[in-house]
Amino acid sequence: MSTFSAAIPGKPDYLSDGYGLKSWLLTRDHKRIALLYLASITLFFFLGGVFALLIRLELLTPAGDLVSSETYNKLFTMHGLIMVFFFLIPSIPAVLGNFLIPLMIGARDLAFPRLNLLSWYIYVVGGIFTLTAAIAGGVDTGWTFYTPYSSTYSNSHVVLTALGVFITGFSSILTGLNFVVTIHKMRAPGLTWFRLPLFVWAHYATSLIMILGTPVLAISIVLVFLERVFRIGVFDPRIGGDPLLFQHLFWFYSHPAVYIMILPSMGVVSEIITCFSRKRIFGYNFVAFSSVAIAVLGFLVWGHHMFVSGQSVAASVIFSALSFLVAIPSAIKVFNWTATLYRGSISFQTPMLYAFGFIGLFTMGGMTGLFLATLGLDIHVHDTYFIIAHFHYIMVGGAVMGYLGGIHFWWPKISGRLYPEWWGRVAAVLVFIGFNLTFFPQFILGYLGMPRRYHAYPEEFQVLNVMSTAGASILGVGYLLPLVYLTWSMRYGPRAGPNPFGAKGLEWETSSPPPTENFVVMPVVDEEAYAYAVKKSPSHV
Amino acid sequence: MSEGQVAHQFDDARQQQETAILGMWVFLVTEILFFGGLFAGYTIYRNLYPQAWVGASRTLDLTIGTINTAVLIASSLTMALAVHASQTGRRKSLVGFLVSTMALGAVFLGLKAVEYAHKFQEHHVPGPHFAYSGPDSTHAQLFFSFYFAMTGMHALHMVIGLALMAWLVWAARSGRFSPDYHNPVVVGGLYWHFVDIVWIFLYPLLYLVGSR
Repeated sequence: MSTFSAAIPGKPDYLSDGYGLKSWLLTRDHKRIALLYLASITLFFFLGGVFALLIRLELLTPAGDLVSSETYNKLFTMHGLIMVFFFLIPSIPAVLGNFLIPLMIGARDLAFPRLNLLSWYIYVVGGIFTLTAAIAGGVDTGWTFYTPYSSTYSNSHVVLTALGVFITGFSSILTGLNFVVTIHKMRAPGLTWFRLPLFVWAHYATSLIMILGTPVLAISIVLVFLERVFRIGVFDPRIGGDPLLFQHLFWFYSHPAVYIMILPSMGVVSEIITCFSRKRIFGYNFVAFSSVAIAVLGFLVWGHHMFVSGQSVAASVIFSALSFLVAIPSAIKVFNWTATLYRGSISFQTPMLYAFGFIGLFTMGGMTGLFLATLGLDIHVHDTYFIIAHFHYIMVGGAVMGYLGGIHFWWPKISGRLYPEWWGRVAAVLVFIGFNLTFFPQFILGYLGMPRRYHAYPEEFQVLNVMSTAGASILGVGYLLPLVYLTWSMRYGPRAGPNPFGAKGLEWETSSPPPTENFVVMPVVDEEAYAYAVKKSPSHV
Repeated sequence: MSEGQVAHQFDDARQQQETAILGMWVFLVTEILFFGGLFAGYTIYRNLYPQAWVGASRTLDLTIGTINTAVLIASSLTMALAVHASQTGRRKSLVGFLVSTMALGAVFLGLKAVEYAHKFQEHHVPGPHFAYSGPDSTHAQLFFSFYFAMTGMHALHMVIGLALMAWLVWAARSGRFSPDYHNPVVVGGLYWHFVDIVWIFLYPLLYLVGSR
């Protein structure tokens, strides 16, 4: 194994292979492009966080006193848009996936390096459109752009924002395309499909959703655009158009988009759990195929967003039943991670804390999802804080926990430096506590009937709202800490060495940070993934 | 020759070619989903308002539509011949076939522009100036919305295709392609055929609804 890790003298690692601005902005190296994404999505994450902070501050008191209702509409819209389209969807795929997939499959780069760079530029251009709209006065339609409000009535910057989302969608499509082709065609000799790390399987499933879903969002936005700008409408009820058609098209992408956010996180968790319990994953095939199953089933459940929108009862019943089915592959994953822990040599390092956080919070998010898939119960909690809490448990408790766990796990590989372990654990615990304090009260609020998207509420809801805002402050500190100490560690952290966690996988066999060409000697794979317990005499004999 | 053309991430020319072709097929899948949204909406409204669809469809210029269909099918033939020429290394015929493909594409777009101009003159464009005396005139607007959205998106793809072809002509003239390396021609051909196929579906759905 040491053959791969020995750095060639005079051949620089990818970070010191050119220092100028041009060497970054025109790079075709997937590792550098991943860092470009890391910088830009971090910016958007904290921007979206500022909007969240303003929302929570407004909700500290029952009266709508901090901002007007119109401003509040814009705040939650911008928060949703930025977090969904500019942070969550690109987060793990564009940063960790980009960095790791070629390393994990033993390739020199993605299949289309120039396309990869183009994806980042497209993302940036889309981001500029959306930010311009935000600065010019924002948009108030909600991140869902429901017609006819978005296409006819809203007086905010719908066109500019929608264009931003439309453009960014192509970044997502091209990234997904690049991953699928890379995973098919660029694997190292001996790296069969069932030897792939589960992170790669998860990204394959995610890419399928990006490829199949995002174009439908694109055409829905085009249709809203045509209707708003040229009056060439297909949703306008005055000429017989059906606003519900927009909701169908929108959720055909936007429900699977939730799985774009969560599947890569699941891939990260599979890697972390195996490494820090020193065991092969329990039921590799089941975990691998459950990713694909989630991707496929994810396309068949969008109607559960429209139980009260005038969708027929027959359609609702079918969508409800299909939605329940998603619980099966999700549960398979949770059970298999738990079974992997059983009799493992568990160590509680920072990435593992995030992985544990993920399992607990994702399970809660998933279980409350079953409430929402139940027709009768959904009518009670529809459009309340219950659903806000539910999807934040999935998107923040799930996706962001996985993202942070992954960033910590592969930080030594990315930067070549170790992060401060004690601070890492403090931040992970703060994020977990802060998250639960923020969002658990919202389940209760929603169940008691507090609707979403209002800036004022009755006084009896104040205690729970204050708890939520307090939790959000802790969460904010928990998110700022890694920004500080990870930045610090880039310069002052101890050198990591090729494999500081003793993990399995090709990415750990090359130096940290890896050379531009990834491997000095191109690897050949002759063992299964996660061969942690390979001993001379098996213990169970 | 072929060694210089293999990008650093690939082991050999064969892997590079397979990768490029798979990449284009995956891209075409995304295109199918993109147009799929339009086709889904079309299907729903056509079922809701069949009278409006039949009436509005009859206002389209069947002659131009049919000629355009023939033009596009012919362009697919010249494109296929261009791919063949690139595989056999005949540079002159490659350039010739690419240019004829472009010419046919331009004819298509020209005829499309004539049709659009007529529609503007007849006030068949949805919006405040819409005027139409056929059956179910309110809902006929929806048909025209789909007509413009679908053919507009298709035309946009044709324009992108023409730009691609122009680049291929330039690359072919400067001797970039050989029997060992001609991926861009193959991949460009796949795209062109896809755009043609979309029209093959649009033509009956838009022009032949009324079965005149």
